[in-house]
Amino acid sequence: MNPYVVPALLLVVLVTVDIGVYGLRFARTTSDFLVASRSVSPAWNAAAIGGEYLSAASFLGVAGLILRYGVDVLWYPVGFAAGYLALLLFVAAPLRRSGAFTLPDFCEVRLRSPLLRRLATVFVVFIGCLYLVPQLQGAGLTFTTVTGGSYAWGALLVGLVVTANVALGGMRAITFVQAFQYWLKLTALAVPAIFLILQWQSDGRPAVTPPAGATFPVATSVVVQQDATVGGRPVSAGAELRFAAGDPVPAVSTVDAAFGPAWLLPGGERSLFATYSLILATFLGTMGLPHVLVRFYTNPDGASARRTTLVVLCLVGLFYLLPTLYGVLGRIYTPQLLMTGRTDAVVLLLPEAALGGGHLGRLLGALVTAGALAAFLSTSSGLLTSVAGVVFTDVLHADRGGSVRDFRLATVLAAALPIGLSLYVSDMDVSRVVGLAFAVAASSFCPLLVLGIWWRGLTDLGAAAGVVIGGGAAIVSVLITVLGPPLHGWPAEFIGQPAAWTVPLAFLVMVAGSLMTSGRVPQDVGATMLRLHAPEALRI
Amino acid sequence: MAESGGPGAAAARTRVVLGEAADRRRLTDRARADLAEQTPVGEALVKGLVRAQLALALRLALVVVTGLGALPLLFAAAPGLGTVKVVGVDLPWLLLGVLSFPFLVGVGWAYVRWAERNEQDFVAVIRRPEQ
Repeated sequence: MNPYVVPALLLVVLVTVDIGVYGLRFARTTSDFLVASRSVSPAWNAAAIGGEYLSAASFLGVAGLILRYGVDVLWYPVGFAAGYLALLLFVAAPLRRSGAFTLPDFCEVRLRSPLLRRLATVFVVFIGCLYLVPQLQGAGLTFTTVTGGSYAWGALLVGLVVTANVALGGMRAITFVQAFQYWLKLTALAVPAIFLILQWQSDGRPAVTPPAGATFPVATSVVVQQDATVGGRPVSAGAELRFAAGDPVPAVSTVDAAFGPAWLLPGGERSLFATYSLILATFLGTMGLPHVLVRFYTNPDGASARRTTLVVLCLVGLFYLLPTLYGVLGRIYTPQLLMTGRTDAVVLLLPEAALGGGHLGRLLGALVTAGALAAFLSTSSGLLTSVAGVVFTDVLHADRGGSVRDFRLATVLAAALPIGLSLYVSDMDVSRVVGLAFAVAASSFCPLLVLGIWWRGLTDLGAAAGVVIGGGAAIVSVLITVLGPPLHGWPAEFIGQPAAWTVPLAFLVMVAGSLMTSGRVPQDVGATMLRLHAPEALRI
Repeated sequence: MAESGGPGAAAARTRVVLGEAADRRRLTDRARADLAEQTPVGEALVKGLVRAQLALALRLALVVVTGLGALPLLFAAAPGLGTVKVVGVDLPWLLLGVLSFPFLVGVGWAYVRWAERNEQDFVAVIRRPEQ
């Protein structure tokens, strides 16, 4: 085992707790806990949003998907970044001006409907859990991969550190923690990437897709996980296959991956429907994620919310240049992952595989592992704060004047379910579940926000119908995908990537429902529109 | 605690409320009253602003939809494009993996600029002396 990993992980946890404690010195009021008293500067806020947003799926999953499927899954990073553009164009400034702290708050401000508020609470908690569980799972799997320790300890450790940090310091503390973690994540991918490229140059620039297919760079032994046919021969589970340097990498029947030159070309395995569904989910889903919206309230005004979002777009775009590189170089240096199917580990394993087991390779390996830990910690902290904020106001019915102790109770309540779940479900696919969370957000909160901000005719019943039917269809698809039997053909596409039909469905139902109940348009819609769109200089 | 900026930055208090109050006094009374009291004139002013901002957002969204959203169709319709190499990198990889990000940032930058200009125009109309 790499001797630098444990000290690096301990360092990240210590610095995280330390900055949290430092933030605690400033966090005294409930307002500090919930919104950092709106006194966070755009640069800090943007780095914190970036730190919060770049989850395990971004740090580990994207590179793993690229290693596995090639150019088609580049739509994941593009969509994750483009989501911030959609947020900027349609939501950022008006949402900040609405004064809503959470999505349920927005329902209250815009539509004056307690029913819709409760509905939104249910969706926030569902999406929050759907997103939190895979983060903790990713943490557990990384601990198993890197330290050989048990999965449960990894998930529990991250869960407890996050809960303690949020409960003690609230938003004020995690703003600094997350800003730090954005830069840590960027460094943890960028520095090894430089050495990896230099190594690739000095190896004589080996081709990413040699005409004869991928080959092993060094002698490798692979343990087959399940009964499968490897390169046409049946092999039983647990068998160890040995390959010499230069041997071609055989295809394994149980692993779904692109082995040949099709990896390089668009439109290989995925249909156009799946691609567009993914684009729609990621472009429109970001604005509906609870932990993303909470952040906008920490901006002082609408114009700064817009500028902050633009800086976030730059930071996120900068980050997403890197996982592609890891996925591509993984094709050359860690092709055995294509046989075991554990492609999510490519970022963790690549530095040592490419640079050798010397001190440099091990140090860089420890650095990327530390970055992965930062990814779990920051995204889970942000999610937990936002879910706890909703539990605090809507379940415990504490208002802004509620005590800090109530917020801490809400945090522990909000953390208990996902931590418990993550211990019991250990084999869900991380990137896929995160993609499904985007689909649910895109088909429930995206239409609610966009229509609520730009269309006077939206009514509470119309909005509720749209959220229940569109979001409900997405949730059912998620449950079938995660818990149900494997599907084939068209149903698999429709259920596995539901956004392409659930998002238009939600918009349609919302518009039609509002038109049918047009008598219920709130009386004060004119004043609300003024509040959402008028620049602060004119505050009336 | 009005501590702004990063840890270590000196605590600086900003008197937002007083500034807003000063702004309010400067406003032309008629237009402000139109906005506050939801008169037809005020409604029309707000509707104009909302329409201008929405049109801007939709226009830029269309730029992204045609710029990025058409790529899967394009690659499906003309598979030959997938093998074109530009400076040693395959075109789809270059477009999606590298160029899409500065493109998105560029669109975002243009939006922030124009949206702020729309708001300045709106403020200018409200603040214009009695017409």
